[in-house]
Amino acid sequence: MSQSYNRGLIEDFGRWREFTAGMWAWIFHKFTGWVLVGYLFTHIAVLSTALTGEAAYTTTIQALESLLVVRILEVGLLAVAVFHILNGLRLLLVDLGVGLEAQDKSFYASLVLTGAIVVASVPTFVAEVL
Amino acid sequence: MAERYSSFQGGTQRWLWQRITAAFLVVVLAFHFFLLHFVNHASEVTFGMSEARMQTLTYFSLMILFLITATFHGVNGVYNALVNQGLTGQKLTAVKWTLIVASALLIVQGVRTALTWAGGVPI
Repeated sequence: MSQSYNRGLIEDFGRWREFTAGMWAWIFHKFTGWVLVGYLFTHIAVLSTALTGEAAYTTTIQALESLLVVRILEVGLLAVAVFHILNGLRLLLVDLGVGLEAQDKSFYASLVLTGAIVVASVPTFVAEVL
Repeated sequence: MAERYSSFQGGTQRWLWQRITAAFLVVVLAFHFFLLHFVNHASEVTFGMSEARMQTLTYFSLMILFLITATFHGVNGVYNALVNQGLTGQKLTAVKWTLIVASALLIVQGVRTALTWAGGVPI
């Protein structure tokens, strides 16, 4: 069974050189979580153009998708989402008491797999704008 | 024993629901990304395509559940991060209610948009 440690406030980022793999995983998970929740509100705001009519929605989405910067941001979003999913699976397993002893290795595996998926997806995400 | 980090206090209701919604979201978020970026490309999106998907009860229900669970998971995560950061008292209460109101508005707006595409609940 996994064990939680009462480590008090650990957001002393001035100590970043002392951070372990588990601490970095926790920071990355928190950072990607903030990005995803911010994106969720933005996403619903953009999709809400559908409320003003068919043409407004289609024009808005297609105009955004024609911009290279939007495609690059989408690749960034993919990276953030994939890491959050993979590290989230890792956390679910650790909470179930599975793989706690290898939690540093599973964090590195999450990073490598995220990198591989994102690099392999770049051609799909930038198609027709480059 | 290796050290386990979490913003949540284990065993609480908020911790449990964060895990339950996470288990659902890892599957549905991956499906959502795959469907809308790899099967259908985002640049080809039109109102008609979204409309066709939303008029299927299964897809409509899944997206509504996705919206609600993602909102809860995200906002609950933000709240716990702020608790972990040391926020307490009236500031925490103010943040809590701001997050609750923002979540309600987000869900209402998302449901309104889904209903626009579906032309009502697709039963």
